[in-house]
Amino acid sequence: MIEQKEIRELIEVNEGTKIIKGSNVILTTLDRIVNWGRSNSLWPLTFGLACCAIEMMAAGASHHDLDRFGILFRASPRQADVIIIAGTVTYKMAPIVKRVYDQMPEPKYVVAMGSCACTGGIFNTYSTVQGADQFLPVDVYIPGCPPRPEALMYGLLKLKEKITKEQGRWGSWK
Amino acid sequence: MGQLEIEKLSETKFVLQMGPHHPATHGVLKLYTEFEGERVLKIIPDVGYLHRGVEKLAEYKTYPLAMTLTDRLDYISSMTNNIGYCLAVERLMDIEPPPRAKYIRTMVAELTRLSSHLLWLATHALDIGAMTVFLYAFREREQILELFEKICGARLTVSYPRIGGVRVDIKEEILEEIYKFTEIMLNRIDEYEGLLTENRIWISRTKGIGVVSAEEALSLGLTGPALRGSGVYYDIRKLIPYDAYSEVDFEVPLGENGDTYDRYLCRIQEMRQSTLIIRQCIEKMPEGEIVAEQALDIDILHQGKRKISAGDSLWSGFIQFVEEKEALMPVGEIYSAIEAPKGELGFYIVSDGSGRPYRMRVRAPSFVHISAIPKLCEGHLLADVITIIGTLDIVMGEADR
Repeated sequence: MIEQKEIRELIEVNEGTKIIKGSNVILTTLDRIVNWGRSNSLWPLTFGLACCAIEMMAAGASHHDLDRFGILFRASPRQADVIIIAGTVTYKMAPIVKRVYDQMPEPKYVVAMGSCACTGGIFNTYSTVQGADQFLPVDVYIPGCPPRPEALMYGLLKLKEKITKEQGRWGSWK
Repeated sequence: MGQLEIEKLSETKFVLQMGPHHPATHGVLKLYTEFEGERVLKIIPDVGYLHRGVEKLAEYKTYPLAMTLTDRLDYISSMTNNIGYCLAVERLMDIEPPPRAKYIRTMVAELTRLSSHLLWLATHALDIGAMTVFLYAFREREQILELFEKICGARLTVSYPRIGGVRVDIKEEILEEIYKFTEIMLNRIDEYEGLLTENRIWISRTKGIGVVSAEEALSLGLTGPALRGSGVYYDIRKLIPYDAYSEVDFEVPLGENGDTYDRYLCRIQEMRQSTLIIRQCIEKMPEGEIVAEQALDIDILHQGKRKISAGDSLWSGFIQFVEEKEALMPVGEIYSAIEAPKGELGFYIVSDGSGRPYRMRVRAPSFVHISAIPKLCEGHLLADVITIIGTLDIVMGEADR
Protein backbone atom coordinates (compact mmCIF):
# COMPACT_ATOMS: atom_id res chain seq x y z
CA MET A 1 0.00 0.00 0.00
CA ILE A 2 2.72 2.46 0.92
CA GLU A 3 4.64 1.75 -2.30
CA GLN A 4 1.60 2.42 -4.49
CA LYS A 5 1.03 5.77 -2.84
CA GLU A 6 4.60 6.80 -3.63
CA ILE A 7 4.21 5.89 -7.28
CA ARG A 8 1.07 7.97 -7.73
CA GLU A 9 2.85 11.13 -6.57
CA LEU A 10 3.35 13.55 -9.42
CA ILE A 11 6.51 15.59 -9.53
CA GLU A 12 6.56 18.77 -11.55
CA VAL A 13 9.92 18.86 -13.36
CA ASN A 14 9.12 21.76 -15.64
CA GLU A 15 6.26 24.19 -15.90
CA GLY A 16 3.31 22.11 -17.05
CA THR A 17 5.32 18.86 -17.26
CA LYS A 18 4.94 16.25 -14.57
CA ILE A 19 6.50 12.82 -14.10
CA ILE A 20 5.58 9.85 -11.94
CA LYS A 21 8.60 8.86 -9.97
CA GLY A 22 9.92 5.39 -10.61
CA SER A 23 7.98 4.84 -13.80
CA ASN A 24 8.38 5.84 -17.44
CA VAL A 25 5.44 8.22 -17.42
CA ILE A 26 5.49 11.89 -18.33
CA LEU A 27 2.33 13.95 -18.15
CA THR A 28 2.17 17.03 -20.35
CA THR A 29 0.15 18.62 -23.11
CA LEU A 30 0.44 17.53 -26.72
CA ASP A 31 1.37 21.10 -27.68
CA ARG A 32 4.37 20.94 -25.44
CA ILE A 33 5.57 17.60 -26.79
CA VAL A 34 5.15 18.66 -30.43
CA ASN A 35 6.78 22.04 -29.87
CA TRP A 36 9.65 20.42 -28.01
CA GLY A 37 10.38 18.14 -30.92
CA ARG A 38 9.83 20.79 -33.54
CA SER A 39 11.96 23.47 -31.92
CA ASN A 40 14.92 21.16 -31.47
CA SER A 41 15.20 20.12 -35.09
CA LEU A 42 14.90 23.24 -37.20
CA TRP A 43 16.01 22.39 -40.70
CA PRO A 44 16.67 25.50 -42.77
CA LEU A 45 16.82 25.50 -46.53
CA THR A 46 20.21 25.97 -48.22
CA PHE A 47 19.11 29.10 -49.97
CA GLY A 48 21.56 31.95 -50.36
CA LEU A 49 20.70 35.11 -52.21
CA ALA A 50 23.58 37.50 -51.59
CA CYS A 51 26.19 38.57 -49.06
CA CYS A 52 24.32 37.23 -46.03
CA ALA A 53 24.54 33.74 -47.49
CA ILE A 54 28.28 33.82 -46.87
CA GLU A 55 27.71 34.55 -43.20
CA MET A 56 25.03 31.86 -43.17
CA MET A 57 27.59 29.42 -44.54
CA ALA A 58 30.09 30.58 -41.93
CA ALA A 59 27.47 29.97 -39.24
CA GLY A 60 26.93 26.45 -40.53
CA ALA A 61 30.64 25.66 -40.95
CA SER A 62 33.28 24.54 -38.52
CA HIS A 63 33.82 27.54 -36.26
CA HIS A 64 30.24 28.44 -35.37
CA ASP A 65 28.63 25.09 -36.14
CA LEU A 66 24.84 25.34 -36.20
CA ASP A 67 24.57 21.54 -36.00
CA ARG A 68 24.86 21.66 -32.24
CA PHE A 69 21.43 23.32 -32.08
CA GLY A 70 19.95 20.59 -34.24
CA ILE A 71 19.95 22.98 -37.19
CA LEU A 72 20.96 21.13 -40.35
CA PHE A 73 20.85 22.71 -43.78
CA ARG A 74 18.74 20.85 -46.31
CA ALA A 75 18.99 21.36 -50.04
CA SER A 76 15.35 20.62 -50.86
CA PRO A 77 12.42 22.76 -49.76
CA ARG A 78 10.41 19.56 -49.26
CA GLN A 79 12.62 18.66 -46.30
CA ALA A 80 12.94 22.10 -44.78
CA ASP A 81 11.13 23.83 -41.92
CA VAL A 82 12.73 27.24 -42.07
CA ILE A 83 13.62 29.45 -45.00
CA ILE A 84 16.34 31.98 -44.23
CA ILE A 85 16.04 34.87 -46.65
CA ALA A 86 19.76 35.59 -46.73
CA GLY A 87 20.27 38.58 -48.96
CA THR A 88 18.65 41.07 -51.27
CA VAL A 89 15.39 40.00 -52.86
CA THR A 90 14.95 41.52 -56.30
CA TYR A 91 11.75 41.73 -58.27
CA LYS A 92 13.06 39.05 -60.58
CA MET A 93 13.88 36.74 -57.68
CA ALA A 94 10.79 37.37 -55.52
CA PRO A 95 8.43 34.98 -57.40
CA ILE A 96 11.01 32.23 -57.07
CA VAL A 97 11.46 32.81 -53.35
CA LYS A 98 7.68 32.69 -53.01
CA ARG A 99 7.53 29.48 -54.98
CA VAL A 100 10.25 27.83 -52.91
CA TYR A 101 8.36 28.90 -49.80
CA ASP A 102 5.14 27.42 -51.17
CA GLN A 103 6.91 24.11 -51.78
CA MET A 104 7.85 23.75 -48.13
CA PRO A 105 5.56 21.59 -46.00
CA GLU A 106 3.69 23.04 -43.03
CA PRO A 107 4.62 24.15 -40.43
CA LYS A 108 7.09 26.57 -41.96
CA TYR A 109 8.89 29.60 -40.70
CA VAL A 110 10.64 32.53 -42.33
CA VAL A 111 13.73 34.28 -41.03
CA ALA A 112 14.67 37.58 -42.70
CA MET A 113 18.44 37.80 -42.40
CA GLY A 114 20.12 41.12 -43.00
CA SER A 115 18.99 44.65 -43.72
CA CYS A 116 18.05 43.86 -47.31
CA ALA A 117 15.64 41.10 -46.35
CA CYS A 118 14.26 43.19 -43.47
CA THR A 119 13.73 46.54 -45.19
CA GLY A 120 15.59 46.66 -48.48
CA GLY A 121 18.66 48.08 -46.78
CA ILE A 122 20.82 50.45 -48.75
CA PHE A 123 19.37 49.23 -52.03
CA ASN A 124 16.43 51.55 -52.37
CA THR A 125 16.30 51.10 -56.13
CA TYR A 126 13.98 50.22 -58.97
CA SER A 127 14.84 46.52 -58.88
CA THR A 128 14.85 45.66 -55.19
CA VAL A 129 11.95 44.46 -53.06
CA GLN A 130 11.87 46.62 -49.94
CA GLY A 131 11.80 43.81 -47.43
CA ALA A 132 10.88 40.14 -47.60
CA ASP A 133 7.80 40.81 -45.46
CA GLN A 134 6.10 42.30 -48.51
CA PHE A 135 5.35 38.83 -49.80
CA LEU A 136 6.23 36.35 -47.01
CA PRO A 137 5.09 36.07 -43.37
CA VAL A 138 8.38 36.79 -41.60
CA ASP A 139 8.79 35.36 -38.10
CA VAL A 140 12.21 36.71 -37.10
CA TYR A 141 14.06 39.77 -38.37
CA ILE A 142 17.84 39.83 -37.99
CA PRO A 143 19.30 43.28 -38.72
CA GLY A 144 22.87 43.86 -39.84
CA CYS A 145 24.72 44.21 -43.09
CA PRO A 146 25.49 41.35 -42.96
CA PRO A 147 24.62 40.07 -39.47
CA ARG A 148 27.35 38.16 -37.70
CA PRO A 149 26.94 34.38 -37.43
CA GLU A 150 26.26 34.92 -33.73
CA ALA A 151 23.36 37.19 -34.66
CA LEU A 152 21.97 34.49 -36.93
CA MET A 153 22.27 31.99 -34.11
CA TYR A 154 20.46 34.37 -31.77
CA GLY A 155 17.74 34.85 -34.34
CA LEU A 156 17.28 31.11 -34.76
CA LEU A 157 17.15 30.64 -30.99
CA LYS A 158 14.48 33.35 -30.84
CA LEU A 159 12.54 31.39 -33.45
CA LYS A 160 12.95 28.31 -31.28
CA GLU A 161 11.53 30.27 -28.37
CA LYS A 162 8.61 31.32 -30.52
CA ILE A 163 7.90 27.73 -31.55
CA THR A 164 7.82 26.52 -27.95
CA LYS A 165 4.99 28.96 -27.27
CA GLU A 166 2.80 27.86 -30.16
CA GLN A 167 -0.58 26.27 -29.45
CA GLY A 168 -2.59 23.86 -31.53
CA ARG A 169 -0.32 23.92 -34.56
CA TRP A 170 0.02 20.14 -34.76
CA GLY A 171 -3.12 18.82 -36.33
CA SER A 172 -4.82 19.30 -39.65
CA TRP A 173 -8.02 20.38 -37.88
CA LYS A 174 -6.37 23.16 -35.85
CA MET B 1 11.53 28.83 -62.90
CA GLY B 2 12.62 27.97 -59.41
CA GLN B 3 13.10 24.30 -58.96
CA LEU B 4 14.47 21.75 -61.37
CA GLU B 5 12.05 21.26 -64.19
CA ILE B 6 12.53 18.56 -66.75
CA GLU B 7 11.04 18.98 -70.16
CA LYS B 8 11.38 16.23 -72.75
CA LEU B 9 12.20 17.37 -76.28
CA SER B 10 12.47 13.94 -77.87
CA GLU B 11 13.22 10.36 -76.83
CA THR B 12 16.77 11.18 -75.75
CA LYS B 13 16.83 14.97 -75.48
CA PHE B 14 15.51 16.89 -72.54
CA VAL B 15 15.71 20.33 -71.00
CA LEU B 16 16.74 21.01 -67.44
CA GLN B 17 16.29 24.39 -65.79
CA MET B 18 19.06 24.59 -63.23
CA GLY B 19 18.69 27.28 -60.65
CA PRO B 20 18.21 29.99 -59.54
CA HIS B 21 17.68 28.06 -56.35
CA HIS B 22 20.31 25.38 -56.57
CA PRO B 23 22.95 24.84 -53.89
CA ALA B 24 25.77 24.48 -56.43
CA THR B 25 25.14 27.50 -58.63
CA HIS B 26 26.94 29.81 -56.19
CA GLY B 27 24.11 32.21 -55.72
CA VAL B 28 21.21 32.88 -57.99
CA LEU B 29 22.52 31.83 -61.38
CA LYS B 30 20.08 30.08 -63.67
CA LEU B 31 21.19 27.79 -66.44
CA TYR B 32 18.90 26.63 -69.21
CA THR B 33 20.47 23.33 -70.21
CA GLU B 34 19.64 20.93 -73.00
CA PHE B 35 20.91 17.39 -72.65
CA GLU B 36 21.24 14.41 -74.92
CA GLY B 37 21.19 11.61 -72.40
CA GLU B 38 23.60 12.99 -69.87
CA ARG B 39 25.73 15.01 -72.30
CA VAL B 40 25.34 18.75 -72.52
CA LEU B 41 24.02 19.98 -75.86
CA LYS B 42 23.36 23.59 -75.07
CA ILE B 43 23.63 25.89 -72.08
CA ILE B 44 22.15 29.37 -71.82
CA PRO B 45 22.99 31.23 -68.60
CA ASP B 46 20.29 33.54 -67.30
CA VAL B 47 21.58 36.32 -65.08
CA GLY B 48 19.94 39.25 -63.36
CA TYR B 49 18.35 37.57 -60.35
CA LEU B 50 20.48 39.74 -58.08
CA HIS B 51 20.34 42.95 -60.09
CA ARG B 52 20.21 45.57 -57.37
CA GLY B 53 20.91 48.64 -59.45
CA VAL B 54 24.29 49.36 -57.87
CA GLU B 55 25.58 51.36 -60.83
CA LYS B 56 22.53 53.61 -60.88
CA LEU B 57 22.59 53.95 -57.11
CA ALA B 58 26.23 55.08 -57.25
CA GLU B 59 25.18 58.08 -59.32
CA TYR B 60 23.16 59.31 -56.37
CA LYS B 61 25.93 58.90 -53.83
CA THR B 62 29.03 61.00 -53.40
CA TYR B 63 32.43 59.49 -54.17
CA PRO B 64 33.21 58.48 -50.58
CA LEU B 65 29.71 57.12 -50.05
CA ALA B 66 29.62 55.08 -53.24
CA MET B 67 32.40 52.95 -51.80
CA THR B 68 29.97 51.21 -49.46
CA LEU B 69 28.20 49.88 -52.55
CA THR B 70 31.39 48.30 -53.89
CA ASP B 71 31.55 46.14 -50.75
CA ARG B 72 28.38 44.41 -51.84
CA LEU B 73 29.52 43.71 -55.39
CA ASP B 74 31.85 40.81 -54.78
CA TYR B 75 30.96 40.21 -51.18
CA ILE B 76 33.55 37.49 -50.74
CA SER B 77 36.44 39.88 -51.35
CA SER B 78 35.10 43.29 -50.40
CA MET B 79 38.53 44.69 -49.56
CA THR B 80 39.80 44.40 -53.13
CA ASN B 81 36.60 45.95 -54.46
CA ASN B 82 37.09 48.93 -52.19
CA ILE B 83 40.70 49.24 -53.27
CA GLY B 84 39.72 49.02 -56.94
CA TYR B 85 37.19 51.79 -56.54
CA CYS B 86 39.49 53.98 -54.43
CA LEU B 87 42.26 53.53 -56.96
CA ALA B 88 39.99 54.63 -59.79
CA VAL B 89 38.94 57.79 -57.94
CA GLU B 90 42.52 58.46 -56.84
CA ARG B 91 43.74 58.21 -60.41
CA LEU B 92 40.93 60.52 -61.49
CA MET B 93 41.78 63.07 -58.82
CA ASP B 94 45.52 62.51 -59.07
CA ILE B 95 45.99 61.64 -55.40
CA GLU B 96 48.91 59.55 -54.22
CA PRO B 97 48.33 57.64 -50.98
CA PRO B 98 51.18 57.71 -48.44
CA PRO B 99 53.53 54.68 -48.42
CA ARG B 100 52.19 53.18 -45.19
CA ALA B 101 48.66 53.21 -46.58
CA LYS B 102 49.92 51.52 -49.73
CA TYR B 103 51.53 48.72 -47.78
CA ILE B 104 48.49 48.27 -45.55
CA ARG B 105 46.27 48.08 -48.61
CA THR B 106 48.49 45.52 -50.28
CA MET B 107 48.46 43.44 -47.14
CA VAL B 108 44.70 43.49 -46.66
CA ALA B 109 44.16 42.86 -50.37
CA GLU B 110 46.22 39.70 -50.12
CA LEU B 111 44.40 38.64 -46.96
CA THR B 112 41.21 39.05 -48.94
CA ARG B 113 42.65 37.00 -51.77
CA LEU B 114 43.34 34.26 -49.26
CA SER B 115 39.82 34.38 -47.86
CA SER B 116 38.28 34.45 -51.31
CA HIS B 117 40.33 31.51 -52.54
CA LEU B 118 39.50 29.65 -49.33
CA LEU B 119 35.80 30.11 -49.98
CA TRP B 120 36.30 29.06 -53.58
CA LEU B 121 38.17 25.94 -52.45
CA ALA B 122 35.53 25.15 -49.84
CA THR B 123 32.55 25.43 -52.15
CA HIS B 124 34.28 23.93 -55.18
CA ALA B 125 35.32 20.87 -53.19
CA LEU B 126 31.90 20.64 -51.56
CA ASP B 127 30.19 20.67 -54.94
CA ILE B 128 32.42 17.87 -56.15
CA GLY B 129 31.81 15.91 -52.98
CA ALA B 130 34.69 16.59 -50.60
CA MET B 131 32.98 17.78 -47.44
CA THR B 132 36.10 17.80 -45.25
CA VAL B 133 37.82 20.53 -47.25
CA PHE B 134 34.81 22.77 -46.70
CA LEU B 135 35.16 22.52 -42.93
CA TYR B 136 38.94 22.91 -43.05
CA ALA B 137 38.83 25.97 -45.30
CA PHE B 138 36.16 27.72 -43.27
CA ARG B 139 38.26 27.29 -40.15
CA GLU B 140 41.03 29.46 -41.63
CA ARG B 141 38.59 31.84 -43.30
CA GLU B 142 37.09 32.55 -39.91
CA GLN B 143 40.56 33.48 -38.63
CA ILE B 144 41.02 35.92 -41.50
CA LEU B 145 37.62 37.47 -40.85
CA GLU B 146 38.58 37.87 -37.20
CA LEU B 147 41.74 39.66 -38.28
CA PHE B 148 39.62 41.98 -40.43
CA GLU B 149 37.47 42.64 -37.43
CA LYS B 150 40.52 43.60 -35.42
CA ILE B 151 41.77 45.84 -38.21
CA CYS B 152 38.57 47.72 -38.99
CA GLY B 153 35.65 46.40 -36.98
CA ALA B 154 33.78 44.64 -39.76
CA ARG B 155 33.94 41.07 -40.94
CA LEU B 156 32.60 40.98 -44.44
CA THR B 157 31.59 44.37 -45.75
CA VAL B 158 34.62 46.25 -44.54
CA SER B 159 34.82 49.66 -46.32
CA TYR B 160 38.30 49.91 -44.85
CA PRO B 161 40.25 51.70 -47.58
CA ARG B 162 39.56 55.38 -48.16
CA ILE B 163 40.08 57.53 -51.19
CA GLY B 164 43.70 58.51 -50.61
CA GLY B 165 44.60 55.99 -47.96
CA VAL B 166 42.99 53.78 -45.37
CA ARG B 167 40.57 54.54 -42.57
CA VAL B 168 42.45 53.54 -39.43
CA ASP B 169 45.99 52.57 -38.69
CA ILE B 170 46.92 49.01 -37.82
CA LYS B 171 48.47 48.39 -34.43
CA GLU B 172 51.80 46.61 -34.11
CA GLU B 173 50.24 43.70 -32.16
CA ILE B 174 47.76 43.01 -34.93
CA LEU B 175 50.57 43.01 -37.48
CA GLU B 176 52.39 40.44 -35.37
CA GLU B 177 49.22 38.39 -35.16
CA ILE B 178 48.83 38.48 -38.93
CA TYR B 179 52.46 37.41 -39.29
CA LYS B 180 51.83 34.44 -37.02
CA PHE B 181 48.74 33.59 -39.03
CA THR B 182 50.75 33.42 -42.26
CA GLU B 183 52.94 30.75 -40.68
CA ILE B 184 49.86 28.70 -39.80
CA MET B 185 48.37 29.35 -43.21
CA LEU B 186 51.34 27.90 -45.11
CA ASN B 187 50.95 24.64 -43.21
CA ARG B 188 47.22 24.62 -43.79
CA ILE B 189 47.65 25.01 -47.54
CA ASP B 190 49.80 21.86 -47.45
CA GLU B 191 46.95 20.22 -45.58
CA TYR B 192 44.43 21.07 -48.30
CA GLU B 193 46.82 19.86 -50.92
CA GLY B 194 47.25 16.62 -49.00
CA LEU B 195 43.50 16.15 -49.14
CA LEU B 196 43.02 16.94 -52.80
CA THR B 197 46.05 17.21 -55.08
CA GLU B 198 46.76 13.49 -55.34
CA ASN B 199 43.27 12.35 -54.49
CA ARG B 200 42.16 9.92 -57.22
CA ILE B 201 38.54 11.03 -57.15
CA TRP B 202 39.54 14.69 -57.28
CA ILE B 203 41.85 14.07 -60.24
CA SER B 204 39.25 12.11 -62.18
CA ARG B 205 36.64 14.79 -61.53
CA THR B 206 38.85 17.72 -62.50
CA LYS B 207 41.50 16.62 -65.02
CA GLY B 208 40.42 17.27 -68.59
CA ILE B 209 37.22 18.99 -67.47
CA GLY B 210 36.43 22.42 -68.85
CA VAL B 211 39.54 22.64 -70.99
CA VAL B 212 40.12 26.05 -72.51
CA SER B 213 43.17 26.86 -74.61
CA ALA B 214 45.13 30.08 -74.19
CA GLU B 215 43.69 31.66 -77.36
CA GLU B 216 40.15 30.69 -76.48
CA ALA B 217 40.54 31.95 -72.93
CA LEU B 218 41.76 35.30 -74.24
CA SER B 219 38.95 35.62 -76.76
CA LEU B 220 36.39 34.71 -74.09
CA GLY B 221 37.77 37.51 -71.93
CA LEU B 222 38.70 35.31 -69.01
CA THR B 223 40.99 36.93 -66.46
CA GLY B 224 42.59 36.03 -63.20
CA PRO B 225 43.34 32.41 -62.29
CA ALA B 226 40.88 31.20 -64.94
CA LEU B 227 43.16 32.70 -67.61
CA ARG B 228 46.44 31.88 -65.89
CA GLY B 229 45.37 28.26 -65.65
CA SER B 230 45.66 28.19 -69.43
CA GLY B 231 49.22 29.48 -69.25
CA VAL B 232 48.70 33.14 -70.16
CA TYR B 233 50.86 35.52 -68.18
CA TYR B 234 48.38 38.22 -67.30
CA ASP B 235 48.40 39.66 -63.82
CA ILE B 236 47.66 43.34 -63.30
CA ARG B 237 49.69 43.28 -60.10
CA LYS B 238 52.76 42.70 -62.28
CA LEU B 239 51.82 44.44 -65.52
CA ILE B 240 50.37 47.69 -64.16
CA PRO B 241 51.52 47.63 -60.53
CA TYR B 242 49.38 49.57 -58.10
CA ASP B 243 49.77 50.18 -54.36
CA ALA B 244 52.93 48.45 -53.11
CA TYR B 245 52.99 45.54 -55.53
CA SER B 246 55.99 46.95 -57.37
CA GLU B 247 57.98 46.79 -54.14
CA VAL B 248 57.19 43.23 -53.10
CA ASP B 249 58.59 40.12 -54.67
CA PHE B 250 56.20 37.41 -55.83
CA GLU B 251 55.64 34.96 -58.61
CA VAL B 252 52.65 34.51 -60.87
CA PRO B 253 51.77 30.81 -60.97
CA LEU B 254 50.75 29.54 -64.40
CA GLY B 255 48.98 26.38 -65.52
CA GLU B 256 49.60 24.37 -68.67
CA ASN B 257 46.54 22.48 -69.82
CA GLY B 258 43.85 24.99 -68.96
CA ASP B 259 41.63 22.42 -67.28
CA THR B 260 39.94 22.52 -63.90
CA TYR B 261 42.84 20.76 -62.21
CA ASP B 262 45.37 23.32 -63.45
CA ARG B 263 43.19 26.18 -62.33
CA TYR B 264 42.97 24.51 -58.93
CA LEU B 265 46.76 24.22 -58.71
CA CYS B 266 47.09 27.83 -59.85
CA ARG B 267 44.85 29.11 -57.10
CA ILE B 268 46.58 26.99 -54.47
CA GLN B 269 49.94 28.39 -55.56
CA GLU B 270 48.47 31.87 -55.53
CA MET B 271 47.45 31.38 -51.93
CA ARG B 272 51.07 30.53 -51.08
CA GLN B 273 52.28 33.63 -52.91
CA SER B 274 49.69 35.73 -51.07
CA THR B 275 50.99 34.62 -47.69
CA LEU B 276 54.50 35.52 -48.82
CA ILE B 277 53.34 38.97 -49.96
CA ILE B 278 51.65 39.54 -46.60
CA ARG B 279 54.89 38.66 -44.82
CA GLN B 280 56.93 41.01 -46.98
CA CYS B 281 54.42 43.80 -46.41
CA ILE B 282 54.65 43.41 -42.64
CA GLU B 283 58.44 43.27 -42.76
CA LYS B 284 58.75 46.36 -44.96
CA MET B 285 55.84 48.32 -43.44
CA PRO B 286 56.99 51.97 -43.22
CA GLU B 287 55.88 54.42 -40.54
CA GLY B 288 53.93 57.56 -41.27
CA GLU B 289 50.62 58.93 -42.38
CA ILE B 290 47.78 56.72 -43.53
CA VAL B 291 45.67 59.22 -45.49
CA ALA B 292 46.88 61.62 -48.16
CA GLU B 293 46.56 65.38 -47.64
CA GLN B 294 44.27 65.98 -50.61
CA ALA B 295 41.93 63.12 -49.76
CA LEU B 296 38.21 63.72 -50.13
CA ASP B 297 36.21 64.65 -47.08
CA ILE B 298 33.18 62.58 -46.33
CA ASP B 299 31.10 65.75 -45.90
CA ILE B 300 31.46 66.37 -49.61
CA LEU B 301 27.83 65.24 -49.45
CA HIS B 302 26.60 68.77 -48.90
CA GLN B 303 28.63 70.24 -51.71
CA GLY B 304 28.21 67.69 -54.43
CA LYS B 305 24.55 68.16 -55.28
CA ARG B 306 23.67 68.10 -58.91
CA LYS B 307 20.69 70.06 -60.22
CA ILE B 308 18.87 70.05 -63.47
CA SER B 309 18.37 73.68 -64.36
CA ALA B 310 14.91 75.01 -65.11
CA GLY B 311 15.66 76.06 -68.66
CA ASP B 312 16.46 72.58 -69.87
CA SER B 313 14.28 69.56 -69.94
CA LEU B 314 15.28 66.29 -68.33
CA TRP B 315 16.20 64.50 -71.51
CA SER B 316 18.89 66.96 -72.45
CA GLY B 317 20.67 65.91 -69.29
CA PHE B 318 22.17 69.35 -68.84
CA ILE B 319 23.45 69.61 -65.37
CA GLN B 320 24.47 72.57 -63.32
CA PHE B 321 25.72 72.91 -59.82
CA VAL B 322 23.78 74.14 -56.89
CA GLU B 323 24.95 77.69 -56.08
CA GLU B 324 27.17 77.58 -59.15
CA LYS B 325 30.15 76.30 -57.22
CA GLU B 326 33.35 75.56 -58.96
CA ALA B 327 34.01 71.97 -59.91
CA LEU B 328 34.82 69.72 -56.98
CA MET B 329 36.39 67.02 -59.07
CA PRO B 330 38.41 67.05 -62.26
CA VAL B 331 36.11 66.56 -65.23
CA GLY B 332 36.86 63.49 -67.27
CA GLU B 333 36.63 59.77 -67.39
CA ILE B 334 38.86 56.96 -66.27
CA TYR B 335 39.10 53.20 -66.47
CA SER B 336 41.20 51.66 -63.79
CA ALA B 337 41.59 47.95 -63.14
CA ILE B 338 43.05 45.87 -60.35
CA GLU B 339 43.69 42.19 -59.92
CA ALA B 340 40.80 41.01 -57.77
CA PRO B 341 40.89 37.37 -56.59
CA LYS B 342 38.50 36.44 -59.40
CA GLY B 343 40.13 38.37 -62.20
CA GLU B 344 40.36 41.84 -63.62
CA LEU B 345 38.05 44.13 -61.71
CA GLY B 346 37.69 47.42 -63.51
CA PHE B 347 35.95 50.63 -62.58
CA TYR B 348 34.99 53.07 -65.30
CA ILE B 349 34.06 56.39 -63.83
CA VAL B 350 32.77 59.44 -65.68
CA SER B 351 33.07 62.64 -63.72
CA ASP B 352 31.14 65.79 -64.57
CA GLY B 353 32.88 67.83 -61.91
CA SER B 354 30.27 67.38 -59.20
CA GLY B 355 30.84 65.39 -56.04
CA ARG B 356 29.03 62.39 -57.45
CA PRO B 357 30.06 60.04 -60.22
CA TYR B 358 28.12 60.81 -63.40
CA ARG B 359 28.42 57.17 -64.37
CA MET B 360 30.09 54.25 -62.66
CA ARG B 361 30.50 51.11 -64.68
CA VAL B 362 31.96 47.99 -63.14
CA ARG B 363 33.83 45.50 -65.26
CA ALA B 364 33.12 42.43 -63.16
CA PRO B 365 35.16 39.29 -63.83
CA SER B 366 32.29 37.02 -62.76
CA PHE B 367 29.99 38.40 -65.45
CA VAL B 368 32.55 37.69 -68.15
CA HIS B 369 33.23 34.25 -66.69
CA ILE B 370 29.55 33.33 -66.79
CA SER B 371 29.58 34.00 -70.53
CA ALA B 372 32.30 31.34 -70.82
CA ILE B 373 30.19 28.59 -69.21
CA PRO B 374 28.54 27.40 -72.48
CA LYS B 375 31.93 27.14 -74.18
CA LEU B 376 33.56 25.26 -71.32
CA CYS B 377 30.65 22.86 -70.85
CA GLU B 378 30.64 21.67 -74.46
CA GLY B 379 30.31 17.89 -74.58
CA HIS B 380 30.57 17.41 -70.84
CA LEU B 381 28.34 15.51 -68.46
CA LEU B 382 25.72 17.01 -66.17
CA ALA B 383 27.94 16.56 -63.11
CA ASP B 384 30.78 18.42 -64.83
CA VAL B 385 28.63 21.52 -65.24
CA ILE B 386 28.80 21.90 -61.46
CA THR B 387 32.58 21.50 -61.57
CA ILE B 388 32.88 24.17 -64.26
CA ILE B 389 30.70 26.65 -62.39
CA GLY B 390 32.92 26.06 -59.38
CA THR B 391 36.22 26.43 -61.20
CA LEU B 392 35.25 29.75 -62.75
CA ASP B 393 34.66 31.18 -59.27
CA ILE B 394 31.45 33.07 -59.86
CA VAL B 395 29.81 35.55 -57.52
CA MET B 396 26.42 36.74 -58.59
CA GLY B 397 26.47 39.99 -56.65
CA GLU B 398 29.24 41.16 -58.92
CA ALA B 399 27.83 39.70 -62.13
CA ASP B 400 24.34 41.12 -61.76
CA ARG B 401 25.36 44.24 -59.85
